Amino acid sequence: MTTATKSASRKLTTARAMAEATAQEMRIDPRVFVMGEDVGPLGGVFGNTRGLFDEFGAERVRDTPISETAFIGAAVGAASDGMRPIVELMFVDFFGVCMDAIYNLMAKNTYFSGGKVPVPMVLMTSTGGGYSDAGQHSQCLYGTFAHLPGMKVVVPSNAFDAKGLMTAAIRDDNPVVFMYHKALQGMGWLGTEKGATVAVPEEAYTVEIGKAAVTREGQDLTLVSLGAGVHHCLRAAQALEEEGFSAEVIDLRSLVPLDRDTVRESVAKTGRLIVVDEDYHSYGVSGEIIASVAEHPGCRLRAAPKRVAYPDIPIPFAPTMEQWALPNADKIVAAFHQMLTDN
Amino acid sequence: MTTTTASQVIHEPRFMDGDEFHIATFALLQQDGTLFEGARAPELGRETARRIYHTMVLIRVLDERMLAAQRQGRLSFYMQCTGEEAAVIGSAAALDDDDMIMAQYREQGALAYRGFGIDEFMNQLFGNAEDYGKGRQMPIHYGSAKLHYMTISSPLATQIPQAAGYAYGQKLDGQGRCTITYFGEGAASEGDFHAALNMAAVHRAPVIFFCRNNGYAISTPSVEQFAADGVAPRAFGYKMHVIRVDGNDVLAVYAATREARRIAVEHNQPVLIEAMTYRLAAHSSSDDPSGYRSKKEEALWREKDPVNRMRLWMLAQEWWSDDEEKTLQEQLRREVLETMKRAEKRPPPPLASLVEDVYAEVPARLQEQLDALEAHVRRHPEAYPKSAPGLDQGGA
Ligand SMILES: Cc1ncc(C[n+]2csc(CCOP(=O)(O)OP(=O)(O)O)c2C)c(N)n1
Ligand SMILES: [Mg+2]
Repeated sequence: MTTATKSASRKLTTARAMAEATAQEMRIDPRVFVMGEDVGPLGGVFGNTRGLFDEFGAERVRDTPISETAFIGAAVGAASDGMRPIVELMFVDFFGVCMDAIYNLMAKNTYFSGGKVPVPMVLMTSTGGGYSDAGQHSQCLYGTFAHLPGMKVVVPSNAFDAKGLMTAAIRDDNPVVFMYHKALQGMGWLGTEKGATVAVPEEAYTVEIGKAAVTREGQDLTLVSLGAGVHHCLRAAQALEEEGFSAEVIDLRSLVPLDRDTVRESVAKTGRLIVVDEDYHSYGVSGEIIASVAEHPGCRLRAAPKRVAYPDIPIPFAPTMEQWALPNADKIVAAFHQMLTDN
Repeated sequence: MTTTTASQVIHEPRFMDGDEFHIATFALLQQDGTLFEGARAPELGRETARRIYHTMVLIRVLDERMLAAQRQGRLSFYMQCTGEEAAVIGSAAALDDDDMIMAQYREQGALAYRGFGIDEFMNQLFGNAEDYGKGRQMPIHYGSAKLHYMTISSPLATQIPQAAGYAYGQKLDGQGRCTITYFGEGAASEGDFHAALNMAAVHRAPVIFFCRNNGYAISTPSVEQFAADGVAPRAFGYKMHVIRVDGNDVLAVYAATREARRIAVEHNQPVLIEAMTYRLAAHSSSDDPSGYRSKKEEALWREKDPVNRMRLWMLAQEWWSDDEEKTLQEQLRREVLETMKRAEKRPPPPLASLVEDVYAEVPARLQEQLDALEAHVRRHPEAYPKSAPGLDQGGA
């Protein structure tokens, strides 16, 4: 539940918002501590632990040896011992070296202990491309993580949600994977999305995990997305408005649990659905959203739904090649035009 | 019952802390270019010495120029080898040119030593149509099948088990070749490092594990990386030959790696080399070290510059002169700049190449996705600045 006052006019980057949420929880809860690569004096390569080392010291803000298996496995252990660790997998692309700790331990220990061993930890990880870093530093893998039972998955699109979701994630008794898109962090070198830096209240607040946001209301079309994709949708909605169409934009914010009701309600109103996802096209979020709408008895689609997603290929480096392949507002608008022609 | 240890039995608890293992550092060359007393230079002919030195200067020039290009926004990313040239190039020089190299990312010097041209570096850095990797991997992730240099992969330490396997294949092949794998002291914390060394020792694979201990892993100093005295002591746990060497001393690196190669190939034994050096530059173009280390510390290491050290030795051998230095510097600077200008103007690979090599053949699903993409890009060329030439031009 959003308990924030909207009075704050202070703007923060997503990185700062994440750090602030973490600091506020660390002040009130001694069980919270942070581990990862370069999260200490450097403040995280994406800035989201900045200031924590100075305030809380090396025992609670730990740079670790470079072994994701070690520190994520250790976090599972510490969480089983009643602590509330926050760990960072620097790029989600590196999940391959430590996946067992994530999906066989973090996600399943509670289930296999008959509910006796909760694992209240947060796994933060960066996602997304657009800044020419190729296919081992640019993936989203939203579908990969959301596919695996036992862990919640959140994906903020702006600083306000990032702070609220981070606070909620830390307080949650489940393991939560917090996936933040690099272009939203407010770090200059990552092709920063200006719309992500928004007003953020100073006091602690939560954004409910599992509740989507209707970011823009409309009548003719529902655009569903997450993370950086939300900003592409907002630009597309703006362009469509100039053509006389009104698009509703839904920011999922959370993949697990997934707010299917909000999506269905919107589609019931507009009758048209386009899902925008920077993750791979097949077997991912876009398919899940479309299926969730289509399988519902109340489904009233006026046109075949569409997805604007990343092709099923590894992400290339060459800036032109990458831009060809990434979703963008033009592709969303084009998909809508196609939808009208198809009908 | 079988047991795998021939251990003596004792009746009082006796714990060991490993302090009995002191690993010395092998060094030959002093900073002023003279040998330590009693040290003997390896048999390194004039030509090899010049080839090594030439490569060192090339890498310095290339690194400086490309970092500047990154700062000017011409390149998305860069990583320098600065300070580690002796470790990388000295070790590569000690191998046969068809031994395999599996590197981490900061080893452009090894590739240059093998003869990778400035043009080839540039094509990769700009990901243009002439890049061997077809513009797909990020900058500095070079690869050359011809020069036996495996394409760099970003996730750390994953090259180390592959090296153990490649070397095992070489052993079965019986051609007397070996593999060297480079990695940082930070990457050596990954499980892959431990797993690979153990397996290579058991399988007796002819592989040289070359650790560049440059003091840092991004911002993390090596004291946060391991409690032990460096990486070298781990070799005992695997029953592996090990040597620690002054990584800024090209002669010691060369001599140590030559002997490691002999052990690997003649005895089918893996060897661990720990080269003590320092990353003089930032971790990468995205990093600023001023937040985590002092200028004083950097200055201390700048005085131990490996390129300078070799130059002084070369001058003393009369294998090099100040005139040659000046000419080489100027020539390389010019060549690097001109080659860069040519490479950055080359078109990107063609759009259709996006879906190639994902599988041996392009499946129908990808062809559909490509067709849709191509139709879109043709309809909206304004949204993709370079797409007009790139769509149809380029080539493998
Ligand atoms: C599995 C994995 N984890 C984290 C990273 C991010 N990362 C890239 S380089 C680096 C530091 C590596 O340090 P070291 O091995 O000492 O090599 P150096 O950069 O000093 O040459 C880190 C943490 C990565 N590429 N792969
Ligand atoms: Mg290092």
